[in-house]
Amino acid sequence: MQIPFEHRQSAHCETGVAANLLSHYGLDINEAMAFGIGSGLFFGYLPFIRLNHLPLTTYRITTGGIMKRLTKRLGVKLNMTQFRNPRKAMAALDRKLDEGVPVGCQTGGYWLPYFPQAYRFHFNMHNLVVIGRDGDDYQISDPIFETTVTCHRRDLMKARFAKGAMAPKGKMYFVESMPTAADIPRAIKRGMREVGRTMTKAPVALIGVKGIRKLARQVEIWPDKFGAEKALLYLGQVIRMQEEIGTGGAGFRFIYAAFLQQAANVMGMPRLKALSDEMTAIGDRWRMFAVSGARNCKGRARAEDSYPAMAAILRECADREASLYRELLAIAH
Amino acid sequence: MLKENVPQDVGLAGPLREVVYAVGKDGEYETVASYGWDSKTVALNQAWDLILKELAVIKTRVTAGELSPLAWHMTRHQMQPALLAKYVGINRWRVRRHLKAGPFRRLKPSVLARYADAFGIPVVDLMTIPDAPDLEFTTNRNGHANSL
Repeated sequence: MQIPFEHRQSAHCETGVAANLLSHYGLDINEAMAFGIGSGLFFGYLPFIRLNHLPLTTYRITTGGIMKRLTKRLGVKLNMTQFRNPRKAMAALDRKLDEGVPVGCQTGGYWLPYFPQAYRFHFNMHNLVVIGRDGDDYQISDPIFETTVTCHRRDLMKARFAKGAMAPKGKMYFVESMPTAADIPRAIKRGMREVGRTMTKAPVALIGVKGIRKLARQVEIWPDKFGAEKALLYLGQVIRMQEEIGTGGAGFRFIYAAFLQQAANVMGMPRLKALSDEMTAIGDRWRMFAVSGARNCKGRARAEDSYPAMAAILRECADREASLYRELLAIAH
Repeated sequence: MLKENVPQDVGLAGPLREVVYAVGKDGEYETVASYGWDSKTVALNQAWDLILKELAVIKTRVTAGELSPLAWHMTRHQMQPALLAKYVGINRWRVRRHLKAGPFRRLKPSVLARYADAFGIPVVDLMTIPDAPDLEFTTNRNGHANSL
């Protein structure tokens, strides 16, 4: 049995699942719009959280947060459940599929057999939509893949009960009710306001524009503090976080620019179009930072790839993003 | 980024493409499928190299009779004792003990089965370590890829 479900490949799993699910129920929004309304854009330099012993930089808000904000702002009601017992969790999934309801699942990407080996890390917040079942083979719309995939019951069960940080505990969700008329312009404004606020007014120096400046300062002192070899590992980690699969390029900056462009059309506000162009330009600078960093990691650094030069790019990004968010707040007040 | 500048380098995921957002000719944003980007692949490779290096170190210690094959398989699956402990439902200090060659050799078959199950491998594979880790990346691509 397979539910007719339009699979659209997306950059990011959470926004992709959200956009595909809502579109299935007739609310036509795409990934960028879902990302913008859900206030996905963020920056955080969090050295106290370690990934492979290296500090975490993040370009998006906490996982799950986009879905939560998006559905709340559009008036969509999601039914979300977690389980203790894997067999009960699979039975609940089967029941919903038999009713013809596409079901979103939170999984640990490491255990999904259709994932290429290079992407298999213990990351427990991978979202996908199960859209059908044929015996023990589940049909899955995994938004980061070009087409739908199949996954055996055994593997899906293991992925749904991956252990460790942010364990999914079999979490599944489906749309319970849709709004009669979603107020998209209002939702867009609320989404923009939140991004503007967290990025410019966070009280912590590690978050938002201040966090980017903090990272710039750190990049500058890494070689002296840790030595050349370790500094490269730190640098590599930042690039990975920024360009990892799912970011759509430049640490979500391009997705956000796409959102601003759409918002300009929906709201009839040409000023937003100008902001979109600026965000694209800022994203290009972030990409430049990644290019410089990668050249360092490869031992092919040119004169313009020095650590102070990379820090200067980050500071430029911080300054330009700061004025962009200020204007965004002014528009979406 | 302009659509025509979207990189189509050889990525670690081989023939799989991921979505990148870029601006098309008419100035509108589009989703563009991309094979990969060298700058990103360099960073990803760096992470995998670390894992492979660690595996090589553990391998010598296993052959020296100091560590158990379990230590190798745990690292192969990018786990730490704490995470592995959660998967097998065994206290983490016991898992740490099982990483040593001697205590591992004396494990009951039922405990071994739990470890093997956690990694998704047969018990016989758990008792040895392969010559090379099965961590190979396909870097060949479909015919319709851009020429390099």
